[in-house]
Amino acid sequence: MAMAGRSGLVAGRRFFLGGSSGSCTWMRGLSSWWKNVEPAPKDPILGVTEAFLSDPSPDKVNVGVGAYRDDNGKPVVLECVREAERRIAGSANMEYLPMGGSVKMVEETLKLAYGEDSVFLKDKRVAAVQALSGTGACRLFADFQRRFRPESQIYIPVPTWANHHNIWRDAHVPQQTYHYYHAESRGLDFSALMDDVKNAPNGSFFLLHACAHNPTGVDPTEEQWREISQLIKAKGHFPFFDMAYQGFASGDPERDAKSIRIFLEDGHAIGIAQSYAKNMGLYGQRVGCLSVLCEDEKQAVVVKSQLQQLARPMYSNPPLHGALIVTTILSDPDLKQLWLKEVKMMADRIIGMRAALRENLENLGSTLSWKHITNQIGMFCYSGMTPEQVDRLTKEFHIYMTRNGRISMAGVTTGNVGYLANAIHEVTKSG
Amino acid sequence: MDSVFSHVVQAPEDPILGVTVAYNKDNSPAKLNLGVGAYRTEEGKPVVLDVVRKAEQILVSDSKRVKEYLPIVGLAEFNKLSAKLILGADSPAIQENRVTTVQCLSGTGSLRVGGEFLGRHYHERTIYIPQPTWGNHPKVFTLAGLSVKYYRYYDPSTRGLDFQGLLEDLSSAPSGAVVLLHACAHNPTGVDPTPEQWEQIRQLIRSKQLLPFFDSAYQGFASGSLDADAQSVRSFVADGGECLVAQSYAKNMGLYGERVGALSIVCKSADVASRVESQLKLVIRPMYSNPPIHGASIVATILKDSDMYHAWTIELKAMADRIISMRHQLFEALKARGTPGDWSHIIKQIGMFTFTGLNSEQVAFMTKEYHIYLTSDGRISMAGLSSKTVPHLADAIHAAVTKAS
Repeated sequence: MAMAGRSGLVAGRRFFLGGSSGSCTWMRGLSSWWKNVEPAPKDPILGVTEAFLSDPSPDKVNVGVGAYRDDNGKPVVLECVREAERRIAGSANMEYLPMGGSVKMVEETLKLAYGEDSVFLKDKRVAAVQALSGTGACRLFADFQRRFRPESQIYIPVPTWANHHNIWRDAHVPQQTYHYYHAESRGLDFSALMDDVKNAPNGSFFLLHACAHNPTGVDPTEEQWREISQLIKAKGHFPFFDMAYQGFASGDPERDAKSIRIFLEDGHAIGIAQSYAKNMGLYGQRVGCLSVLCEDEKQAVVVKSQLQQLARPMYSNPPLHGALIVTTILSDPDLKQLWLKEVKMMADRIIGMRAALRENLENLGSTLSWKHITNQIGMFCYSGMTPEQVDRLTKEFHIYMTRNGRISMAGVTTGNVGYLANAIHEVTKSG
Repeated sequence: MDSVFSHVVQAPEDPILGVTVAYNKDNSPAKLNLGVGAYRTEEGKPVVLDVVRKAEQILVSDSKRVKEYLPIVGLAEFNKLSAKLILGADSPAIQENRVTTVQCLSGTGSLRVGGEFLGRHYHERTIYIPQPTWGNHPKVFTLAGLSVKYYRYYDPSTRGLDFQGLLEDLSSAPSGAVVLLHACAHNPTGVDPTPEQWEQIRQLIRSKQLLPFFDSAYQGFASGSLDADAQSVRSFVADGGECLVAQSYAKNMGLYGERVGALSIVCKSADVASRVESQLKLVIRPMYSNPPIHGASIVATILKDSDMYHAWTIELKAMADRIISMRHQLFEALKARGTPGDWSHIIKQIGMFTFTGLNSEQVAFMTKEYHIYLTSDGRISMAGLSSKTVPHLADAIHAAVTKAS
């Protein structure tokens, strides 16, 4: 029988056989359980920053990972966030959130995606849970899709954020791809996209980037979105939106949610993954939301209960701190205004850097077309450079980006845009 | 619009968290929540440790702090300090770089990530878990891709450990099977093996080449001593063998909602540990990319500062002592009422929970008539009791046990 208060009873005592060095003689002969474990490949995106950090060159530029930088190349904590944290520290307790997360945070977050006066929110038709940023929201949805539509497939655009493939694969959902990026025009391959939507079996699940497509920065126009919506409806497909950049793309959150609003008007029952990593700069706090629009309030309660069943054996309940920050900001009109201003500033700086990079390249006399730099939107620019050209940029110029030629515009500053343009020109001018 | 999910049925309430939901709906002023294991003060209030508040202030006042993504494996400093906390600062396994530690979302997240790793890379897909165990364990491991079997643990007739049954069941497990062990303060029973019994368990596990997976959710919280509560884990690591350990800071640092924990895998060699770590990243990235920074930063701030660490051990011991005191008060109260039965298990069991031995009818009776909320397996969270509420609970138990069935 175990006794309470047994401190000191076992301190310093050893129970094993033999060996003054402290390990069991007979254990030494056994090999590791893990000797067959292969070293895993490095994450292509996060590996870029690791390489950047180890580079001693004073000229080095990091346009790899999609985390915002100010014009001095420094990470930013928004003023509204600092103020929210000042209010939170010392005041809140740290009790468990419910499995579905902070109710208040989810409420405010849904307003951003569905619209402040959305009839779906009034009618309580949206099943929603707080999730671990965009990744966690996508993963919960993928697990939910697997559990309740096990016969379904997910259609993923080419290209897409690499982790999308990992997420649906780990959820054991079979994947297909659909055409998206048109290499020659560095724009949208609209007709091929529509063909793929048409040819997919009815009732397929489609992953759509709501705005600021990652990695290409190429978004459909409003008119194109309407056509995509009509065709998806005709085919009975399920639209799942990954919205990681609301506010960050155009500077206006309402405008960036346009694709979602079109689909809602057209009567789709959608799902949405939302993230505050970029638009509130809460990267490491892991704050996001997964929502699924249901037929009615009753079904929304049911679906939410099932989403919670998936969260419980993964992490029980989501982290508190980031949710408190979001709630503090969005439920205070002044802080919310400040946030909107700061988001617009970030988006405007990026739009300005796009213009500057394009101008620099054109002024250098590049014969190639660089108008895609300003046509594309959001954090990333799909430069069109080949992996070999990217390798040269890294080796010769200490410029770090992913090998698909994706430039994180957030890493571009007035201080490095000239250097960057020059380097890009050097590696592309012969090709 | 037709939903593609219209066939989905309502999930049952989580049995543990559902207790709090029911408690919140009750309007009685006498209501008592002894369901979920979150510490409460004598006044029944949740607690944020002073040392945690201090760490919070340090963090919020540091204008140089940013909110960037952590690496996939989490905050490096936190990982190192967590490994030292559970394994001991002088652990040879740490010195030899044979331990990989990754930050995860509290105990649940650490168990899930460890389980997923085992499901992909370990040759045996069966995990043995004690009967009974925390309600979420079977779900975590099943979703991780393992098949769950039980080994005997609790003996209702003695309200203690079914040691013979445990040894028999582990002896008949296939070689290499994974065995889940509660490092201390078994949840829900509060029944722990003695040091001598732990030694026998260790020898059996090693002789059958079973793989131990420790769930350490109460280090420091059980006896009041961080080192004593880690002895089971340390004795396994001392014998040179491999194991997994899931750590949680939810209770012992009161960081519940911040979801702070760590998974450590102790390997035979540094090379193996490094390969294992790379594979853990592949489990984590498609789950949530990287762990939340806030809670881990608080923990690291405290553990690396010797004054704050010391202050923490004092607050931790005070929590453990209050719980031990509640055990004694409840035991005395039942004795005073002459409640039939042997209630000594209340003071013999350890940690946050007491497995009262009450059955589900008795539990339902206590909820209905006395507004006392506990899980239907008869588990009460001692942390939810105070000197003021012990009499009410004793009355309820007495009534439940003596009423005509």
